[in-house]
Amino acid sequence: MERSVVFSGFGGQGLLFTGQVIARAAIKDGLEVFWIPSYGPEMRGGTASCTVIVADHPIGSPVVDQFDAAVAMNLPSLRKFGPCVAPGGLLIVNSSLVISQTSARGDIVELRLPCTELAAKGGDDKLVSIVALGALVARLGWVTPESVRAALREISAKKRPEIIDADLGVFAAGFDAGRVGVAA
Amino acid sequence: MTDTLEVGGGGRPKSSEEEAKRRARVLMKGNDAVAEAAIQAGCDAYFGYPITPQAELLEWMARRMPELGRVFVQAESELGAINMALGAAATGARVLVSSSSPGISLMAEAMSYMAGSGTPMVLINVMRAGPGLGGIGPSQSDYFQATKGHGHGDYRVPVLAPASIGEAMDLTVDAFELAERYRTPVMVVFDGILGQAMEPVELRFRNPARRTFDWALTGAAGRPARVIKSIDLVPEVLEKRNIALQRKYAEISRHEVRWATESMEDAEYVLVAYGTAARVARSAIEKARAKGIKAGLFRPITLWPFPSRELARVARHAHAILTVELSSGQMVEDVRLAVEGRCPVGFHGRMGGLVPTPDEVVGALKALHGKVERTREHEREEQRKRQHASAAAPAERTHRAEADAPARGHALANAPAGRRDGGER
Repeated sequence: MERSVVFSGFGGQGLLFTGQVIARAAIKDGLEVFWIPSYGPEMRGGTASCTVIVADHPIGSPVVDQFDAAVAMNLPSLRKFGPCVAPGGLLIVNSSLVISQTSARGDIVELRLPCTELAAKGGDDKLVSIVALGALVARLGWVTPESVRAALREISAKKRPEIIDADLGVFAAGFDAGRVGVAA
Repeated sequence: MTDTLEVGGGGRPKSSEEEAKRRARVLMKGNDAVAEAAIQAGCDAYFGYPITPQAELLEWMARRMPELGRVFVQAESELGAINMALGAAATGARVLVSSSSPGISLMAEAMSYMAGSGTPMVLINVMRAGPGLGGIGPSQSDYFQATKGHGHGDYRVPVLAPASIGEAMDLTVDAFELAERYRTPVMVVFDGILGQAMEPVELRFRNPARRTFDWALTGAAGRPARVIKSIDLVPEVLEKRNIALQRKYAEISRHEVRWATESMEDAEYVLVAYGTAARVARSAIEKARAKGIKAGLFRPITLWPFPSRELARVARHAHAILTVELSSGQMVEDVRLAVEGRCPVGFHGRMGGLVPTPDEVVGALKALHGKVERTREHEREEQRKRQHASAAAPAERTHRAEADAPARGHALANAPAGRRDGGER
């Protein structure tokens, strides 16, 4: 098993953080993982992204040209990574910001989630990327939700202990939305 | 310990063995992990100047070294940093310097002085694309610089090239040991991807035993003064110094060569790559095997001394070699020198901060495979023709075959039929 996902959106939406959460969860599940940010020069309003590769064997190439899953939290990300999802793969689009545009691809599953609204429902409307993380884990099951929750607790406990409940609430909201496939 | 190094609970239930393994692994960024490995290895002093994609290494040191009461200096420039390192190393301190490609160029002069004066130091190059200021993308275009260059004069520097973050930690510690054992600067080189990426690493730290240095400048009270210098204006004396250096390099070449292989047991086509390129090659090998090409990986870990003898042995049985680099083709020159025409050597690389995909490498391998198989087929055909002709005139052909035999040389005696002439095609 070797799977790849790219998390992409505006800087500040928490995408690099979210990638690290799934990476830590993968370690807890005894898997190999590789996390790589896009570290090139980015302009304001552009995309910030990271790629996470999860595998049950030592990971070879850190470069992926087709992703098993992509999370597009804004329009530039949809344009950039929508075409890079492997046929049969999963694309999660933040429909709170990407209102009408779609990937226009019939060969992948496009899951459109109103991340801002779902995050608000879960406890903090700023935690939009955690919604996508929840849906991703629900849909793909590469890592266990228990490990994700433990990873969230672990990271937040050190940096912002007051936010743990919101993290877990938003993750649950995303997880449920991913499972039932809430329409945007 | 810092927050990044802690591990928490959670996850599905595991056996105690799996549990121990899981607990021992933490997610760390390459630059951070290498910095911490150096600290745990007893690094006394760090000197640097910020540059992408190496900056986190310096930042980690900036925070941790003062915490431990050790020396951290962000110098006014790379020149300042490396010359401070020279001074600190002359006192026998365990010294680390890190930078990225353009910064390493600025440090070149002092590298030559350190080699000349026998001052141990570890220098990390998190390579980015050049030439000039170039870009900040990952690259391996400093191979020439690391293995054959930096400063002037007849000198060499051991160069270690990790392919994972865990290996980068290990090799950084080994670099301190090598530097002190041989009284030489040692380089650790990896590209921006390994510097920026995060991987699970085991927190197995080592702190190499301290040697007693009979050369270090520690204050001459009660003993004759020691001198550390690279200058010697008497040619006869300087030549002696050079001969001693060359002896040291010969010893390093004999004892310190490192390499790794994967899937080589039945490999007919061998990918030669180091660092990130080796990881791409590893993925390419799986894909190539699925397409019926028996591929294996030969990964140099020391770029100098280069594993020439080991690669030559591999080349004796390989149909062909494909070198993969994030450069225009630098290591491939050492590959060709090692292979000495025993089998064809191809190359695939990307520049400018781009990384070849496994599919790209498989494409290059398929092209090489096709070319080699056609040549082999052609040679088999030629051989059949020769055999046919010799059946017509047996006496004459037998005589020629005997005359030909010694010229083929010992090294090629075991080569498969049809490629005895070696040569690149």
